[in-house]
Amino acid sequence: MTKALVFVELKNGNVKKAGLETIHALSSQGAEVHAIAFGPEAAAHAAEAAKVVGGQGAKKFIKCDSVDLKFYQSDIYAATIADTFKAGGYSILAGAASTLVKDLFPTLAARLDAGIAPDCIEVKLEGSSLSAKRPMLAGKYFVTLKFKAFPAVVSIRPNVMAIGADSGTAAEVSDATPSGSIRAKTVDLAGASGNSRPDLTEADRIISAGRAIKAAENFKIIEACADVIGAAVGASRAAVDAGMAPHSMQVGQTGKTVNPSLYIACGISGAIQHLAGMKTSKVIVAINTDPEAPIFQKADYGAIGDLFEVVPALTEEFKKLLSAG
Amino acid sequence: MKIAVLVKQTPDTETKAKLGANGLETNGVKFILNPYDEFAVEEAIQLRDKIKGEAVVVSLGPDRVIEAMRTALAMGCDTGIHVKVSDEELKKLDSFTVAKALAEALKKQGPFDLILAGKQAIDDDALAVPQMVAEFMELPRATVVAKLTVSDDGKTAKAHRAVEGGAEEIIELTFPAVVAAHKGLNTPRYASLPGIMKAKQKKVEVFDLAALGLSADNAKVTYEKYELPPEKAAGKVFKGTPQELAQQLVQHLRNEAKVI
Repeated sequence: MTKALVFVELKNGNVKKAGLETIHALSSQGAEVHAIAFGPEAAAHAAEAAKVVGGQGAKKFIKCDSVDLKFYQSDIYAATIADTFKAGGYSILAGAASTLVKDLFPTLAARLDAGIAPDCIEVKLEGSSLSAKRPMLAGKYFVTLKFKAFPAVVSIRPNVMAIGADSGTAAEVSDATPSGSIRAKTVDLAGASGNSRPDLTEADRIISAGRAIKAAENFKIIEACADVIGAAVGASRAAVDAGMAPHSMQVGQTGKTVNPSLYIACGISGAIQHLAGMKTSKVIVAINTDPEAPIFQKADYGAIGDLFEVVPALTEEFKKLLSAG
Repeated sequence: MKIAVLVKQTPDTETKAKLGANGLETNGVKFILNPYDEFAVEEAIQLRDKIKGEAVVVSLGPDRVIEAMRTALAMGCDTGIHVKVSDEELKKLDSFTVAKALAEALKKQGPFDLILAGKQAIDDDALAVPQMVAEFMELPRATVVAKLTVSDDGKTAKAHRAVEGGAEEIIELTFPAVVAAHKGLNTPRYASLPGIMKAKQKKVEVFDLAALGLSADNAKVTYEKYELPPEKAAGKVFKGTPQELAQQLVQHLRNEAKVI
């Protein structure tokens, strides 16, 4: 049986959904999956984590914590995963394509003498052969690649794969001893917002605004709607360049690539660079005063109207619907 | 201080994808210097001017990539290293082998104090080569760097790495190190006319893969299939008062799309 080590992350004490998607993608194709997580959060919530990863088919939950791991330390993570991977006889290293995994996995591929397929939207394990499909040119076309041999390193785009029904079996908890020495040390995490909205790249619902929002403080009408449906808030490049939103909120070619189930674009014309970052969203809603705006060609549902009127009305409708259940 | 800047030539953002048996049809495609690499080039030039030294632009690709290298040289890089591959070799290469070749070229022409690169190329969006080069050279690295503060002696740096939610990880680096640039690291300059003229005279060393002890067959993956995304059916567009619009949207999102 092919053994896969799946790196998962925790947020607010819970294993992130994208990690569970990755576990299920491999366990449902016959791999023996073990999950590994780092930091004080993984240690503190090990029992719950073992339950949810086990529910998706993972046999083991390996946690690694030490005083050095208050922040993400790429060197310790890489050395510990590489040691665990080699000692455990794994063939595949996998994880959800998060900000952290995008940083970490290439280092591991180089260290494990392995090929890498980042941000994949399809992974096929057939016997001892692994192939993966990934977007190119921001989703303008797709390539399917095949690993010549194991080990293989693969990351999976969040919100693409489904989660399975909970098997009810918890994974066995074990510990990994942190290894390696630090070459580049993370000494601080600055400017963490502390808001409870989901991360853009992993959000299942996103509501974004363009330059038509006119001012940074007007984002509060977007946020109000976002909070009703548990969405993340994004912005177009035009809004970011005009100083109405920080670059961390930018969706598009030079910002974040997102893949939610629902993407609501408010006052966004739909420049090709914006579409590049969000066009794989399952359902796209566009709200715009200009019926000729290119965003309407990509939208599943369009509303011709002013975002300042339509968004608050939409917030109220969502409230009514969700309170009715 | 000797600085290397790794750059890639990529298709322009506006490229319409036409596929052939070996992937993107490059006939008629406009190629540019990868936008994230512009930030790396600018940072290299600014540091070279501040701390004194040399900025060397490095690129792997077929003959055409010399144009992207000339852009970096016109902006102000001093010399270049071209790891030249044929179109046939390029079709087989993966991040692993590209990074290995770049690392070998850097070892040959080094030592370098700082290796800069864009955080990702807009064609494959892999965010892989800078970290892999660092690993092959056993160097410290920081990626998605939105701010870099280098000490006056050019021996250490603090890198601000952009992470989720607008936060930044502060990473301490001792050179030699690899830094992958994010948007906003600086404002890349435009090449001046005298710069463009001078760039033509600047020296570019050329290596092929064999000279670096490698071959395209070192790639860890094979490319099996290329395909275009399925066409999306036309959507529904609603008109009416804000309340009517909101009701229409919510009703369709619940009953038809089933996402709420």
